[in-house]
Amino acid sequence: MGMTALIVIAVVVLFILFVIGIYNTLVRLRNQVDNSWSQIDVQLKRRHDLIPNLVETAKGYMQHERGTFEAITNARSQAMGAKTVAEAAKAEGALGEALSKFLLVVENYPDLKANQNFLAVQEELASTENKISFARQNYNDQVLFFNNKTQMFPSNVIAGMFNFIKRDFFELEAPTEREVPKVSF
Amino acid sequence: MAAVLLLLGYIIGIAAVGTDGGYIGLIIATAIWLLLTLISFSSGDQILLSSSKAVPVTHKDYPQLFNVVEEMAISAGLPVPKVYIIPDHSPNAFATGRTPKSASVAVTAGLLGRLNRDELQGVVAHEMSHILHRDILFVTLAGIMLGSIILLSQVFMRGMCYGSMGSRRRYSSSSKGAGQAQVIILLIAILAAILAPIMAQLLYFALSRRREYLADAGSARLTRYPEGLASALEKIASDSSPQLAYANKVTAPMYIINPFKKGLSLSDWTSTHPPIAERVKILRSMAGASFKDYSDAYKNITGKRTIVPPLALTKEDVELRQAAAESRQQEIKSKTHHNIGDIIRQVNGFLFLTCTCGLKMKIPPNFKDSKILCPKCNNLIDLPRK
Repeated sequence: MGMTALIVIAVVVLFILFVIGIYNTLVRLRNQVDNSWSQIDVQLKRRHDLIPNLVETAKGYMQHERGTFEAITNARSQAMGAKTVAEAAKAEGALGEALSKFLLVVENYPDLKANQNFLAVQEELASTENKISFARQNYNDQVLFFNNKTQMFPSNVIAGMFNFIKRDFFELEAPTEREVPKVSF
Repeated sequence: MAAVLLLLGYIIGIAAVGTDGGYIGLIIATAIWLLLTLISFSSGDQILLSSSKAVPVTHKDYPQLFNVVEEMAISAGLPVPKVYIIPDHSPNAFATGRTPKSASVAVTAGLLGRLNRDELQGVVAHEMSHILHRDILFVTLAGIMLGSIILLSQVFMRGMCYGSMGSRRRYSSSSKGAGQAQVIILLIAILAAILAPIMAQLLYFALSRRREYLADAGSARLTRYPEGLASALEKIASDSSPQLAYANKVTAPMYIINPFKKGLSLSDWTSTHPPIAERVKILRSMAGASFKDYSDAYKNITGKRTIVPPLALTKEDVELRQAAAESRQQEIKSKTHHNIGDIIRQVNGFLFLTCTCGLKMKIPPNFKDSKILCPKCNNLIDLPRK
């Protein structure tokens, strides 16, 4: 008893504190990942809610664009019915594309562009699009931090012990965006 | 800065009371500092906001400003701060508060009227980075420290003027040698009282300049679009309206650009902000949007060592994005003083009414009648009352 015992106890206590610290960091990072995921969810829902409003405001002005409206409405119902994350990513990508096509068509309708209600909806829609991409950006940042922590020494040992599993990045898939243009010589 | 404050307190204490007085001086200095800290912790942001005449606004009043703030809060992963508008023509913005939860962002009407969406986003992101980096707390604390130092030396100097008669009598009663030593200590104290505020200010300003660069880097990273902030800074710098009415030297570092116009050309030690031209150049030469890209651009432009802390310099792949299509098309050239005046009026409770003949009326809040006569078509219009 004496000096050596004290030192051993001190080392053990320090080690336990060290493990607790890493564990807490991992929990904090995982919560941040979950939290930023829910933020994406909130914004996607918001986009779904805005679409009927948008269609309603624009319909009166754009009677010859039935196809554009149908594309949006279909994409919306598909996105709302999506079950898995992969499905959702695909459907949301399609919806985003339908919306940007719609906003291009709007350019041909100066009356609509001058409508106060439409301008308000358009601002909300544009902002929601931004919020979705910023939420995605933040989610991917958080996932990167978390994954780094779970894979790097020494935190990876503790992550393995307590079953912290690495997360996937969230990429919105726009079908046309992913196609690589073919170049022939 | 704390060291400057305590040293000043110690020297003044010795000079005023005698060799044992150093500790009394220390205690007084600490007490002043504690008192000011308590005040500013409980209501510092409110004091700042109300002294700059800021008015709180909601999503309903200014959808775009509010949306942009929300977007940046999401991007930074922070709670949405309170949004204020300062009814002033000069374009500027600041963030305040103690923690991200209690933070506020204020922009002037002049800023809102001049910038397009992307530029506004860049400015708000800069303020959001101040919140994210806890600069708002730092500026509050450092500002208090600076305030305490100035207060202490002012009190001492005033006391010297009034109390010189009484102390001279005391010196004459002691022996000649001790009297000389006291005079020397007194001289040192006066020197310290003059130098300490200057030193503390230089320190404060140096720290604040560094934080401005970091907030610029943070803004680029949050928006992935440094051009937005760069062109906003250019617009703000080329603005010719008079300087902000309600700002002072201690609150200056909180603004996105120095609210004092004369300081703009100075890039030396006495400036709270780095020169705008340099900030714009750095932002424009960024290859990506990460802190590493900003740091590289900073080193290239200034030729100095990086200001970004090494922890943030991890290699990350952050690509720049395109300008929002909307802002490229609607580079509205006529968003002028007329527009800014409207924002100021709306913030001040003016009512906006469009008559059936198309005439737009701005009705001041002290207009009491329930009906108003349109000056163009002589229609009587009912005023909507809240």
